[in-house]
Amino acid sequence: MLSCESLTKTYLSGARALTVVKDISFNLEAGGFLAIVGPSGSGKTTLLGLLAGLDRPTSGTVRLDGEALEPLDEDARARLRGEKVGFVFQNFQLIPTLTALENVQVPLELRGIAAAERARELLGRVGLGGREHHYPAQLSGGEQQRVAVARAFSNRPRVLFADEPTGNLDARTGATVVDLMAELNRDLGTTLVLVTHDPDLAGRARRTLRLADGAVVSDSAAA
Amino acid sequence: MTRAGFVVRMAWREGRAAARRLALLTASITAGVAALVAINSFTDNLRLSVREQARSMLGADLSFSSRQPFSATVDRLVDSLGIEGRARITTFGAMAYLPRATGARLAQVSGVEGSFPFYGEVVTKPDSAWRTLQRTSQAIVDPSLLAALGAKIGDTLALGQGRFVISGTLERMPGDVGVRSAFGPRIFIPNRFVGATGLLAFGARVDREAFIRLAPEQSAQAIADHFRPLVRDERVRIRTVADDRQNLDDALARLGNYLGLVALIALLLGGLGVASATHVFVRQKTEAIAVLRCLGATAGQVFAIYVTQAAAMGLLGSLAGAALGIGLQQLLPHVIGSVLPVEVSSAPSWPAVGIGIGTGLWVATVFSLLPLLSARRVPPLAALRQAYDPASAPREPWRWPAFALIAISVLALASLQAGGWRAGAYFAGAIGVAVGMLGLAAWLLVRAVRRWLPSRWPYVWRQGLANLHRPANQTMAVVLALGFGAFLLATLFLAQYNLLQELQLAGGPTRPNLVLFDIQPDQLAPVSGDVKASGYSAADPVPIVPMRILSIRGRAVRDIPPPDTTSRPGSRRGRQGGGWALRREYRSTYRDAPTSSEKIIAGNWWKPSQRDTAAPVPISVEADVAADLGVRVGDEMVWDVQGVPVRTRVMNLRDVDWARFEPNFFVVFASGALEAAPRTYVLLTRVPDATARGMMQRRLAERFPNVTTIDVASIQESIERLVARVVLAVRFVALFSLITGTVVLAGAVSTSRHQRVREGALLKTLGASRRQVLQVVLAEYVALGVLSAVAALVLATAAGWALARFLFDVPFKLPLASVGALVAAMALLAVVVGIWGSLEVVRRTPLEVLRNS
Repeated sequence: MLSCESLTKTYLSGARALTVVKDISFNLEAGGFLAIVGPSGSGKTTLLGLLAGLDRPTSGTVRLDGEALEPLDEDARARLRGEKVGFVFQNFQLIPTLTALENVQVPLELRGIAAAERARELLGRVGLGGREHHYPAQLSGGEQQRVAVARAFSNRPRVLFADEPTGNLDARTGATVVDLMAELNRDLGTTLVLVTHDPDLAGRARRTLRLADGAVVSDSAAA
Repeated sequence: MTRAGFVVRMAWREGRAAARRLALLTASITAGVAALVAINSFTDNLRLSVREQARSMLGADLSFSSRQPFSATVDRLVDSLGIEGRARITTFGAMAYLPRATGARLAQVSGVEGSFPFYGEVVTKPDSAWRTLQRTSQAIVDPSLLAALGAKIGDTLALGQGRFVISGTLERMPGDVGVRSAFGPRIFIPNRFVGATGLLAFGARVDREAFIRLAPEQSAQAIADHFRPLVRDERVRIRTVADDRQNLDDALARLGNYLGLVALIALLLGGLGVASATHVFVRQKTEAIAVLRCLGATAGQVFAIYVTQAAAMGLLGSLAGAALGIGLQQLLPHVIGSVLPVEVSSAPSWPAVGIGIGTGLWVATVFSLLPLLSARRVPPLAALRQAYDPASAPREPWRWPAFALIAISVLALASLQAGGWRAGAYFAGAIGVAVGMLGLAAWLLVRAVRRWLPSRWPYVWRQGLANLHRPANQTMAVVLALGFGAFLLATLFLAQYNLLQELQLAGGPTRPNLVLFDIQPDQLAPVSGDVKASGYSAADPVPIVPMRILSIRGRAVRDIPPPDTTSRPGSRRGRQGGGWALRREYRSTYRDAPTSSEKIIAGNWWKPSQRDTAAPVPISVEADVAADLGVRVGDEMVWDVQGVPVRTRVMNLRDVDWARFEPNFFVVFASGALEAAPRTYVLLTRVPDATARGMMQRRLAERFPNVTTIDVASIQESIERLVARVVLAVRFVALFSLITGTVVLAGAVSTSRHQRVREGALLKTLGASRRQVLQVVLAEYVALGVLSAVAALVLATAAGWALARFLFDVPFKLPLASVGALVAAMALLAVVVGIWGSLEVVRRTPLEVLRNS
């Protein structure tokens, strides 16, 4: 479902080249649940971004649902994301001018698909049935993240990427959100990739990739 | 560390880091101050020049002028006063042509005698031409005459029966205004050859002026005051340097005031930019402020820190603006120099520079106060609670005094520029209304978008429009900045359009475009025969009879004291005053029906048949002159028609559309009374082809030297050139408002850029293409641009109508196509600036952006 081969990303920091992701390769089967862990600055988020096609690697390849990302231009990658990928962010990233319902609809609407029914159903599933017309500013952090989860699943993604999804939430709310993601992963067979600091959360994944200084130091699947 | 020291130090440290964000505040002020400094400095120089050059503008200490030959008494007076020096100039209109070539041109011919000017200098090419003019039969002409006739220096010029060798061109004359040569090029010849032209026949309008140089110890004003009443009955006017200077000073003050007000608009628009930039700045500074408060800074200290910063940036912007203004001032004489009567130096006027800097600093400070008040309300807790929303802070009670301070400042600055409280209050009020209406439009837009955005619209449009009410949106700032700029430009355009529209002389393909004046009765048949023989039709000839008023309601004119110069508002000739209407020569006509350019506003027209030859002759009087004369319907007036008293009764008063280029008259007599009086005729015809028109003028000039012809098209051109000059000056200044508006717009775009870039990255992450992201931005700015432009159009139409109706007194027309284009251009500007400021959204990869957030 998701694989990468010799993935490397180098940023130019002034005159100095800084390699943030070093020669990473792995293969994740459909319906898998992968946690990427490691200390701050170890390259977790960059790796996630490369896997989701949010940036181009300096070298190496990524294949998502059988399709190589490198030959695709930015718009083609965006289209691929719109069709097959979902995202959950640490700081929710809801659009402040849209209501909860409208936020959930965005990924489908970008593809020209009417999505009100599905959005309403998803909001009901994350327990926000009565708050469809609230703006993000009128929701608590946990509620906002639940809207974000609903949005992530609105296009029935093949892969869901989550970057520190519980980082801004208290333990209990965080657990609810993770339960929600796991449940949807189970019900819809979505492949789950998440970046986290939280050992409890990482423990729920079926596979853990540990990074340090841009390189994989351990892979539970290999152990 | 003292408290004040702490505030200044913190302001410096904080500002150092935020300099780029505050640069916007600085830039908002710069263009306005530049315009203000340039205009005020220029006006100061202009006044100084007028003061220095006043004497050379008249060319003498004193002048006597009259429309009729001076009486022996006046001649003796001139001779006795002018012991130190005297000169005479006789001016009349005549057709000038070259015997060797085709073409003829109506010119103003002046016969010069004596060593005029006593002060200042006539500049000619070659230099010696003026000095040697009076030696033989030669002429100095305006360069435009050479061009019009295809002549060169050394050619022989025909004026009536006189022949003159062109010895030079006139480059500059003391007191010269571009306006003067607009209605025909000037020709100077020796006075003793005026008679040889044979052009001073009956009916010709001749101005006679005598110039006098006084001894240094004599007071021109005292002499003028002493002799004025004595020569009044002789219909002689006396002018002094002081009179001229006063008139000019007033006129220039008005010009300076108008331009200064337009410049002030740019600065006030900049104030808006300051307010908007400060507003965003405070939002971004919320955390820093909260931390300062946690560390023990009082709300007052925090407020003082940021006010100091705003003032410092305002000062910086003002200094930059002043430097720019000094540079721009060098350009202004080139823009409007040709309509000015004096040479203007381009040295900076330091008081104007000081006032400009002070005004800029004041505007920057006052306009930043209101948004900075919210800095007082940031609680220390906000340092801990990230989600602190400044909008949720309690309302600041000081905002009302801050509002009042802004209002008072605008009023005071406007009054200062307008030169009076009344005009200042009107101006400030108009600005207030315009800003209020634009603000209302923005508010309505935001509300409408929030409530009624149809969910069926494509997503990108809904998202773009929803951005209009995003938190910390700049909708209000953009609509005000853009709308006000568009409003100003559209209003100026409408004012110009309606003024020129009214002056459309040639108007329409069937209107006459050639006017033949001063046709003697015995020439009427051959002249109209000539016109008809050439295949053109001529309207009925209009008779003109020169006359003066003898008495009104039985009271002799010489016993009527000069009335107050005040006359009915909007009167075009009211300023002449001083009994001019009583004593002037009237050129009246006779007919039995009003024309299409006349409207009866009191009384009735007479029926031709009802006239009783023994009764007074019915007359119709133009309304403004009637007001100046103090006559009403039913009053009896006695006229002196070439020595014959004619008794008349005012039957009606008329409004006359003077701009219609037709023979219009102050006084119209019933037919039957003046047919025997000495008279001349005016004939109108239409010759569509310009070359044919020139040839006919030339032929008539040769056959009938006393008949003058006016080509309406060339006058139209002159008027348009003149108006264009003034309009150019106003536009030049208004341009600064546009520049400021664009700066404010760019500022508004850049302040929300961060949010837009993040949102664009998010949308791309969720699967949006670059095209969709751009469409979202496009939707937002199209909505902003169109709303601002349409609101500006509506306001400008109202303002243009009010100007046309109340100030210019002309009918209002709205040229929808041109105004629409202007407004569309403004909307486009918004879109271009918006898209340009959002290119980063498209360029950057989503990961880069999400990592930074």
